[in-house]
Amino acid sequence: MQRSPSPIRTTLQHLSSVVWLLVDTGKEMGDRMMRGRLPFRFSIFFEQTDRTGVGSIALISLVSFFIGLTMALLTGYQLQTFGQERLVPGLVGISFTRELGPLMTGIMIAARIGAAYTAELGTMTVSEEVEAIEAMGIGPLRFLVGPRVLAVFFLLPCLVVVSNFTAMSGAALISRWAFDIPFTRFIDTALDSMLIRDIIAGTIKSFLFGLIIGLVSCYKGLTVKGGAAGVGNATTSSVVTAITTVIGFDTLCNIVLVALFDT
Amino acid sequence: MNTTPASSVEMKDVHLAFGEKEILSGINLSVPQKARLVILGQSGGGKSTLLRLILGILRPTKGEVTFKGLTVSRMSRLRLNRMRQKIGMVYQYSALISSLSVRDNLALPLEELTRKSRDEIDQLVDEKLELVGMADARDKMPAELSGGMRKRIGLARGIIMDPELILYDEPSAGLDPVISSVINELIISLSEKIGATSIIVTHEMDSAFKVATHMAMLYQGTIIAADTPERFKNSDNPVVAQFIAGETEGPILQAPQKT
Ligand SMILES: Nc1ncnc2c1ncn2[C@@H]1O[C@H](COP(=O)(O)OP(=O)(O)OP(=O)(O)O)[C@@H](O)[C@H]1O
Ligand SMILES: [Mg+2]
Repeated sequence: MQRSPSPIRTTLQHLSSVVWLLVDTGKEMGDRMMRGRLPFRFSIFFEQTDRTGVGSIALISLVSFFIGLTMALLTGYQLQTFGQERLVPGLVGISFTRELGPLMTGIMIAARIGAAYTAELGTMTVSEEVEAIEAMGIGPLRFLVGPRVLAVFFLLPCLVVVSNFTAMSGAALISRWAFDIPFTRFIDTALDSMLIRDIIAGTIKSFLFGLIIGLVSCYKGLTVKGGAAGVGNATTSSVVTAITTVIGFDTLCNIVLVALFDT
Repeated sequence: MNTTPASSVEMKDVHLAFGEKEILSGINLSVPQKARLVILGQSGGGKSTLLRLILGILRPTKGEVTFKGLTVSRMSRLRLNRMRQKIGMVYQYSALISSLSVRDNLALPLEELTRKSRDEIDQLVDEKLELVGMADARDKMPAELSGGMRKRIGLARGIIMDPELILYDEPSAGLDPVISSVINELIISLSEKIGATSIIVTHEMDSAFKVATHMAMLYQGTIIAADTPERFKNSDNPVVAQFIAGETEGPILQAPQKT
């Protein structure tokens, strides 16, 4: 009789494996650089940044624009009853820079890019390609995982900036039309109410989420078992895990930040 | 430290289990330098698994595998990578990188692991493709090739770094008789010219006896016989005799199926 291991234990095991993936990838890349060579092929890195970054701009902009717009509209109407619609720019600005920008972008990138990474690496694992790379002594972690994780790590914050800007544009547009707030005043009030601290918090979160998405999706891809169905399951599981982990860490970050700066 | 061990690969009481299922149960095997060892064994008997143990892709549950006197299972990831550069592996199902062209597949280890110039790399790639008779497939993608063609590209990739040890997992399965002989001769000439040690897993008795300088039979998780090809041919071990003759009568199918 085999007892199935407790869910807490498996979660902890996965967590430690993901951390080890990070450590081993770092070691392989470090070893490479100590020998005076590039840690990975920059062509692969640029391919991934192009896909992750440039390829996601349209989706991120569109979704953020509409969310920013809707948020301004809904809160605006509520605030209008108290004659406080001038608070709209600050509200949207703060929400996006410290919370919604990183979170929404993280979720969209987990679904769009994390899924692709898992499917790609999963297929390579199933067809023994990853093993062949390992058997040649190339080091699949630095060769395959390195450029992918770094691509989301660096590109997610850039996309968050895009998300923040488009959300603000959506909000500005609707505020001009529904609440007669001119663009210049919108920008001024938004800038006044935003704090450096919020922006820093948002940026830290963005990097963290990028790292999580990259590591989780590569880990899921490299541990695929069982052919085409396995790749499918791993991809689903990768998106779900990445999104829940991102939301989990977001909550954790907020708690820590509030505890540290009591806002 | 600098004593050159007489054997290239050595396995001492190697056990390997996948979960509850024990695949290898006490392998003892020693492969002398420059030998061409043919490993025979039933389908599903753990031959490919054995090769993975030598590469350090799998770790034995018990026992130890050494390559040139160093224990593979105790090496760090970085040391393993360095060791693997001296070993060429020819995969049973080719395992070519599907997103790279034939040329890039062969060039990959050279580009990643050596400091050769592009011209030198191209020259080496052409040379190895020529050896396996695939010079005109240079710019094709793996998906455009037949199984046998892929196999030969896989072989060319396995030998591109001029390895000290070459592991062939069924190198001539699925190839026509002419190409099959070409591959056999290639295996022999590689070991004679470069002085590489070879471990060859095969089911084809003709090519097995053609290339082997040593032979071993893997049966039910252990090496039940290891000897010269001549003595293998006249073996009185019933399992070996039945396997070589390909008969249906004998201990092999009657043995209880291990599950
Ligand atoms: N990753 C794995 N997980 C679980 N079981 C495995 C794994 N790889 C191999 N096995 C099992 O190990 C046994 C030996 O497999 P292996 O591929 O080594 O056989 P083989 O001797 O190479 O066979 P063939 O001649 O058909 O290639 C098989 O029963 C297989 O089911
Ligand atoms: Mg096999």
